[in-house]
Amino acid sequence: MNRFLIATAVVALTAGGALAQDVKLGVSLGFTGPLESMAPSMLKGAELAAKEASDSGKLLEGGTVTVVQADNTCADAAASVTAVERLVTSEKVNGIVGGMCSGETIASLERVAVPNGMVMIAPSATSPALSTIDDKGFFFRTAPSDARQGEVMADIITERGIKNVAVTYTNNDYGKGLADSFAEAFKAKGGSITINAPHDDGKADYSAEVAALASAGGDALVVAGYVDQGGSGIVRGSLDSGAFDTFVFTDGMVTQALVDKFGTELEHSFGQNPSAEGEGRDAFIALARDAGFEGSDAFAAESYDAAALILLAMQAAKSTDPRVYKDKVMDVANAPGEKIMPGQLARALELVAAGTDIDYVGASAVELVGPGESAGSYREVEFKGGTLTPVRTR
Amino acid sequence: MDLLNALVAILNFVVIPAAAYGAQLALGALGVTLIYGILRFSNFAHGDTMAFGTAIVILLTWGLQALGIGFGPLPTALLALPLGIALTAALALLTDRWVYRHYRQVRAAPIVVVMASVGVMFVMNGLTRLVIGVDEIQFADGARFVISVPQFKAMTGLTEGLALRTTQAITLVIAALSVWALFAFLNRTRAGKAMRAYADNEDLALLSGIDPDRVVRLTWIIATGLAVLAGTLYGLDKSFKAFNYFQILLPVFAAAIVGGLGSPLGAIAGGFLIAFSEVALTYPWKKIAEYLGFEPAGLMQMLGTEYKLAISFVILIVVLLVRPTGLFRGKAY
Repeated sequence: MNRFLIATAVVALTAGGALAQDVKLGVSLGFTGPLESMAPSMLKGAELAAKEASDSGKLLEGGTVTVVQADNTCADAAASVTAVERLVTSEKVNGIVGGMCSGETIASLERVAVPNGMVMIAPSATSPALSTIDDKGFFFRTAPSDARQGEVMADIITERGIKNVAVTYTNNDYGKGLADSFAEAFKAKGGSITINAPHDDGKADYSAEVAALASAGGDALVVAGYVDQGGSGIVRGSLDSGAFDTFVFTDGMVTQALVDKFGTELEHSFGQNPSAEGEGRDAFIALARDAGFEGSDAFAAESYDAAALILLAMQAAKSTDPRVYKDKVMDVANAPGEKIMPGQLARALELVAAGTDIDYVGASAVELVGPGESAGSYREVEFKGGTLTPVRTR
Repeated sequence: MDLLNALVAILNFVVIPAAAYGAQLALGALGVTLIYGILRFSNFAHGDTMAFGTAIVILLTWGLQALGIGFGPLPTALLALPLGIALTAALALLTDRWVYRHYRQVRAAPIVVVMASVGVMFVMNGLTRLVIGVDEIQFADGARFVISVPQFKAMTGLTEGLALRTTQAITLVIAALSVWALFAFLNRTRAGKAMRAYADNEDLALLSGIDPDRVVRLTWIIATGLAVLAGTLYGLDKSFKAFNYFQILLPVFAAAIVGGLGSPLGAIAGGFLIAFSEVALTYPWKKIAEYLGFEPAGLMQMLGTEYKLAISFVILIVVLLVRPTGLFRGKAY
């Protein structure tokens, strides 16, 4: 025990000696699994923010940020808990950008982050269940809750004059939460849902699911699933058997991969995914282009913002201790203060160090509401002519 | 007219998809059942043999496409099949030499060999991913439909459409042909009779001068051929993804066991039984009932589709309880 105390004292002394504090930033994403095609751009978004802060030389008196990756598999909660545990206990990160999918985020938050006092800012976990979770103030998300996506989707469908739809959702926290919130919103608007059926990912055959959806009927099929998984299987089956030709896609489906798979067969289909537009988004896409990746990829912007928020909150609290800086996250994210766009992290760090209030807007127009989640703006997209075209933002 | 519509809807959503899926399962189950009957163990590496063989076929298909060789309206993969089967069979024979032969010589208990096959499964699993990766691959080319929904509607004037994909038609035709060929081989030829004799009674077969090594070799070649065929047809019909071939092992084994392990006829019946019950029992009959003049209040769905996998296993349990050797009296070692 004595030796431990001495060691701690020595470490504290040497750490105190150097003014600059280096930051280890964990990134917990599903690099393998049902969303593996989204993860690379999200990682690049987080790395971009980390690099910007490091290069500025202004973070915590000249500290640098190292990014540590962890593969949370997206689908397997146990694997995610192990991955995040490694980040916290063996890598000793100071904050985590993640998780990616709702189920594994809930598991790793409840079993690792909250007990160990670690801040997690999730860029893409959207289940409504995360709004009410007992996070002791350690959890935030730059993604909106699906309760909101459900309403937006109900609006879009109703405005296009479609009155009854069939719904299929991937059988997990994300799919179920989204399907339920959509069903509620759509019924409130006078629409009717012919069937609300789950599908399991990674199955050999989806003819049974397609048959059930087709028999229930409807003017369109809402697919709340993953593009790398069962979602695409259902769409393929429905197109081939002529069961549906109009699909409504949620954020797990609206990607370039979907267009690559189905091309011109999605002529009548539409969908939405969280995505802001405006000055911040344009600035981010330009930054991403210089860094060599596509900034408009799903959740890349949200990942950049999640990393930036962690670093700015550290600066505001003058500490890399999650228990201390967690209270500053809402302050830097919201008004009042000077608005901060992507690429302006150096200036933001300077302002915060000087004690000036900032309002981080970032790449996805961050505005944290309620228990620390994005208010959410969505872009409505269409697939006419085999290309993914944004129609408008709402 | 309404009766016709009802019929077409059932054909389109239940009969055709279930028949194609059933044929794929049946081909897979035939391979499992042959190995069980003759080599006397459950080969868990069968699903990954399917995956590996399909991966080889895909590579060959790409080669052919690069050379500009096509197969008209049929998928190019069919041209690549024979060489794909030969290469995979060579691998299976090597595996037998390196792994299974040892256990035969020491007359190991079947469960030991089964565990060895689990090891082989993991090796094959990794090998497939090394060769072709983990991504989903579409390799079907040629005409997509024999008859598509708009064509059918224009032809008949019915409100319900009917689609028959080329891959579904090919699956059914090839499955029927290979099953016929297999039965002709087993029942008519000397080699086939030798295999059956070896399966019935190993010692008696040896006494009557049957070369056991030859029987083993033939079994591997035929079983692997069926596996690659099943894998390629499945991949053409859906898509190739290494992980899905690991998943399909479950329904394939369920089919083989329900039919009676060791019985080729049982494997076919089992494959179709599993496929049809998965689709038909979860089908909501509402639309059909409406065509027939009823006005159902609900969807008339017996079970939610999320329980379809459970259906195979309930059938499996019932069969094992009531008739442990399977529908067609298989063997138990």
